[in-house]
Amino acid sequence: MNTCYKKEDKQLIFKIDEEIDECSVQKIRRKLDNEIERYMPKKVIFDFNNVSFMDSAGIGLLIGRYKLANMLGGKVEVANISPSIRKIFEMSGILKIIPEVDTMQDLQMEVNHE
Amino acid sequence: MNNSFDNEMKIDFLSKSNNEAFARISVAAFIAQLDPTLEEIADIKTAVSEAVTNSIIHGYEEKTGIVKLICKIRDNEVFIEISDTGKGIENIEIAKQPLYTTKSNLERAGMGFTIMESFMDNVEIESVLGLGTKVTMSKKIKSNCNKEDFAMSVIRGEE
Repeated sequence: MNTCYKKEDKQLIFKIDEEIDECSVQKIRRKLDNEIERYMPKKVIFDFNNVSFMDSAGIGLLIGRYKLANMLGGKVEVANISPSIRKIFEMSGILKIIPEVDTMQDLQMEVNHE
Repeated sequence: MNNSFDNEMKIDFLSKSNNEAFARISVAAFIAQLDPTLEEIADIKTAVSEAVTNSIIHGYEEKTGIVKLICKIRDNEVFIEISDTGKGIENIEIAKQPLYTTKSNLERAGMGFTIMESFMDNVEIESVLGLGTKVTMSKKIKSNCNKEDFAMSVIRGEE
């Protein structure tokens, strides 16, 4: 997982690059919480470009991080969701509280320049 | 051995969460012979992952047990059976409700059965308290017939 913090916008970007299931979330969760608590960002963005698989454990993971970021005064957004993962997002209704980033192309650039 | 199926495989594995990926990838590899679309593979992998996670997290909880996975193919239809001999489900109707979870402290979304039911054509759950749970799911792979239809329409000059 790549992490990128943009100080001027207080924006924390996580580029997750593994499959998300019950097994992997435990490790990912610890890492995310550490970074969120360290930076207290205004906005947390999860980039799903390199996530080839996600099941409902990913929804639990995002809701948990949403609660934490929210408590610290930040928002959460997601980017680059594949069609199969989008189905799970839409089914859960999670996009109502964790919307998609509009400028996905820009985000791609930022993460690559890290 | 039931001969009414074209193909069949069985795997028994320990209820360890790193076997979730093993289970769904095994099923994906087995059903590749039906030439499914990427979307169909993703749907089936997700449903398998949910069922296997349920057996590991809810069926066996902290204990280690055996999860049985059977996958069968008949014509263009996939049949998947995932079972455990764990603690069983007290009330299946309640467990199936979207967002219902007995483990909200573990950040479970309570969407497992909802995902299985919407990603597969048919899902049946049998459970006996103290004896275990069996989830049987099936899905028709449509890509094969679509391709034939497409080929026929090309031959007839419709495309």
